[in-house]
Amino acid sequence: MKILCVCGLGQGTSLILKMNVEEALNEKNIMADVEHIDLSSATSMSADYIITSNELAESLQDQPAKVIVVNNYFDVEEIKSAIDANIAQ
Amino acid sequence: MKFLEQNLVALDLPAATPEEGIRAAGALLVDENLIEPRYVDAMVESYQKNGPYFVLAPQIAMPHARPEDGVKEASVSFVRLKDSIEFGSETNDPVRFIFALGASSSEEHLLVMKKIVALLSKPENVEKLKELSSYEELQQIIGRN
Repeated sequence: MKILCVCGLGQGTSLILKMNVEEALNEKNIMADVEHIDLSSATSMSADYIITSNELAESLQDQPAKVIVVNNYFDVEEIKSAIDANIAQ
Repeated sequence: MKFLEQNLVALDLPAATPEEGIRAAGALLVDENLIEPRYVDAMVESYQKNGPYFVLAPQIAMPHARPEDGVKEASVSFVRLKDSIEFGSETNDPVRFIFALGASSSEEHLLVMKKIVALLSKPENVEKLKELSSYEELQQIIGRN
């Protein structure tokens, strides 16, 4: 399974998201390859899931990957719920 | 790496707009020679171009740009605004805490990000940010992580 964590520049915000997504996946014992990347590069990459903010999700709707929105990047519980709701196990 | 050292923290600064808030937090990094002034412009331009996606939790904004926009050293400053302002984030407005990130391409970048996550992943720490009245109190919170 490949997951892209996407932000505007691929430098800061998406790296924080990646750290906490990896923690959430670990706690759920889900194996996945998680990368952080900027919005424009993300549109040319293939992945199973894209995790990003509400603001950027709209720009990614045309992607084949399923887009998952997270609002609080520091809330591992919210990320776990988002994974439960969207990622088939 | 410079992470929330005393000269990089300012409490209760006034700012009327997101741009003023971003520039205030960026100025702390410029004054300590950690970023070039053009990096502050790049942070503002990123906000104007990409929107408020860097408002990544309730009340918390982490403006940043790219390493090549003029970062000299991996660094983070903190401005607590006197009054909260709207950045346009549907879920996380209004913003009171601005952490300006000097995003470096060095390995220190990852360390800096881990420190931010350690500080802000605990809701009780965010609560304390609202109430603290001196740098020493912030230092105590950081020291515990």
